[in-house]
Amino acid sequence: MADEHRKVPELAKPALWRRPAVRSLFFQILLVAGIGFFGYTIFQNTLHNMEQRGISTGFGFLDNEAGFGILMTLIPFDETYTYGRTFLVGLLNTLLVASLGIFFATIIGFIMGVARLSRNWIISRLATIYIEVFRNIPLLLQIMFWYFAVLRPLPGPRQSLILNDTFYLSNRGLYMPSPVFGEGFWMVMVGLAVAIVASILVIRWARKRQEATGEQFHSIYASIGLVIGLPMLIFLLAGSPLSWDFPVLQRFNMAGGMVIIPELAALLVALSIYTGAFIAEAVRSGILAVSHGQTEAAHALGLRPASTLRLVIIPQALRVIIPQLTSQYLNLTKNSSLATAIGYPDLVAVFAGTTLNQTGQAVEVIAMTMAVYLAISLTISLFMNWYNKRIQLVER
Amino acid sequence: MSVHTPHPDLPPPTLSVGVLGWLRSNLFSSPLHTLLSLFAIYLIYLTVPPIINWVFVDSTWVGDTREACSATTGACWVFVKVRMNQFMYGFFPESEYWRINLAFGLLILLAIPLFIKKFNHKGKLALFILLVYPFVIFVLFSGGYFGLVPVETSKWGGLSLTLILAGVGIAASLPLGIVLALGRRSKMPIVKSVSVVFIEFWRGVPLITVLFMSSVMLPLFLPEGTNFDKLLRAMIGIALFQSAYMAEVVRGGLAAIPKGQYEAGEALGLSYWQSMGLIILPQALKLVIPGIVNTFIALFKDTTLVLIIGLFDLLAIIQQAFADPDWLGFSIEGYVFAASIFWIFCFGMSRYSMALEKKLHTGHAR
Repeated sequence: MADEHRKVPELAKPALWRRPAVRSLFFQILLVAGIGFFGYTIFQNTLHNMEQRGISTGFGFLDNEAGFGILMTLIPFDETYTYGRTFLVGLLNTLLVASLGIFFATIIGFIMGVARLSRNWIISRLATIYIEVFRNIPLLLQIMFWYFAVLRPLPGPRQSLILNDTFYLSNRGLYMPSPVFGEGFWMVMVGLAVAIVASILVIRWARKRQEATGEQFHSIYASIGLVIGLPMLIFLLAGSPLSWDFPVLQRFNMAGGMVIIPELAALLVALSIYTGAFIAEAVRSGILAVSHGQTEAAHALGLRPASTLRLVIIPQALRVIIPQLTSQYLNLTKNSSLATAIGYPDLVAVFAGTTLNQTGQAVEVIAMTMAVYLAISLTISLFMNWYNKRIQLVER
Repeated sequence: MSVHTPHPDLPPPTLSVGVLGWLRSNLFSSPLHTLLSLFAIYLIYLTVPPIINWVFVDSTWVGDTREACSATTGACWVFVKVRMNQFMYGFFPESEYWRINLAFGLLILLAIPLFIKKFNHKGKLALFILLVYPFVIFVLFSGGYFGLVPVETSKWGGLSLTLILAGVGIAASLPLGIVLALGRRSKMPIVKSVSVVFIEFWRGVPLITVLFMSSVMLPLFLPEGTNFDKLLRAMIGIALFQSAYMAEVVRGGLAAIPKGQYEAGEALGLSYWQSMGLIILPQALKLVIPGIVNTFIALFKDTTLVLIIGLFDLLAIIQQAFADPDWLGFSIEGYVFAASIFWIFCFGMSRYSMALEKKLHTGHAR
């Protein structure tokens, strides 16, 4: 029997071009050749075209003097600084609006997502209306609406809306007092750092003790007391080394204080409201994904509703929410580039806009801008993936 | 011995049925909920009546000039009415409006059979709409053939341009996205890595930079002397950008198909393309309909970005109308009008996808 099996005539080998391995090699070589040819043509064309138009290449332009001012800068900047500096200014402005936007959108999203599931009929309807309205209107339209229809028509500084003589809202933006740190304020900061470290130690100790003895310790209250109390104490002992610089109305404009320019305000409001609607849906789907049996089981074990929520529902819901939240954070960061439509000086506006127009070095400028966004995207997704892995369900 | 006669059932307590019961369980179930409800009602009282007054009660609808609105405190819809043609057709010559109307009317006529249950050639018709109809619309819009007056693309605009951009984006990004998704799941290492890099690159950058690239860099890439239409460049940018998103959606669907389905295809002796086309893709695409429609909705909203590179889509042409010295100060009306059009399209698409999902739910529902 065994011998007969061995004698089965060999199958005729398929023709060379029918073999899967050969085919896949062929197609891949074809693909590489195609891409290579495509890239080479583009490269040659670009070189030729740039030569024709007299555009220089390379990143040397970054050291040239920019010669234009920027509406809002987080670091010192004027006309004499270089194009490299404009890149940095734009980048910082982008990071500022993105991080503030992420902060507010998360708050709005979580509140609205929970509200949409509320047993309260009117609250859940309001949340639904909010989500369905703002999700389905283009972000650019919303940004322009807040800027051109709401903030720009505000009265000038002399007729600004005044709250309590501290906040002034006008078409120049929202002016508010800025803190002035006096001598010895560093001690308060040191105190805050010490308090944070101390409360981390307390929480660790409490957890260890609970695992060993079962006795609970309300480390939350202890650490809140530490973090607020200690810096406060040092602050008072050091003689309150903090004063406020109030904005004052001068003849044509405001002086002193901090200002949120209308461009930033409009962008921030639109980004937070728009992304908040998407985050709300993510939150809702996450909570709905936790089966009701989990709540019942927790109650059957004698957990109080607050503990059920904190220890059973939220950890499981987060597993569904986090990946969606990540992509919403990425979207918000990329969408902040719409700033260029209303003149908020973000990376795209000052670098891919003004700098490109002045230097004409399209290839370098666009490549740098895209590289920045790619890097931000990769960083956020790496961090969120790491966090996601930590909280993910480990099965068997 | 007395015979037990059961007491007739008492009606439920008045507080747990009817309007009162509903109110109690849905609005005032606890002190906290009572507080929330009252706050919400106050909020509605603050916002809704003024909005209704502004939109309907105090608004002006008749007239042709700015003076018609001088007396009202509400919305001036005359502004939108006067500009309506421009908002819909852009700078298209007025005598040629019929061509745009014909193009979209034809589309609606072609699409009607898709909604008729008894019509049996839906697939062929859909293919016709995707493959042949774009040429019809191109000829009708740009003219130059059959004695039609040529109209440059710079004159296209308004809602019709928005719809064209979205339509081209959809028609191009779906097949491209499917190919990329298949590439990403391919066993050939080079094909796979090329797809991964392509997808991750386009997903990592904002659409604006893509549009900037297509408007300033694309001309540098092409051989000297080729003049590439600005609209076409924007379309290429949008299609490449959206196809990356589409690819990820389709990949999700492919990943959800059980391995047995692939093996069944192999066991039947089907080739790669046969088993993909006949077994895997139909199931995978059906699974991800919501994702595909979401991408379409995102694409539709994203078409507004072309205003940044100077194309006059609906939003851009409305924005431009604010600058008319005869009609200064009517921006809110314009934005509300644009927002409602975009909202109707996007909301409609999302509801249609829900209905479609329900209709096609055949096997995977539990």
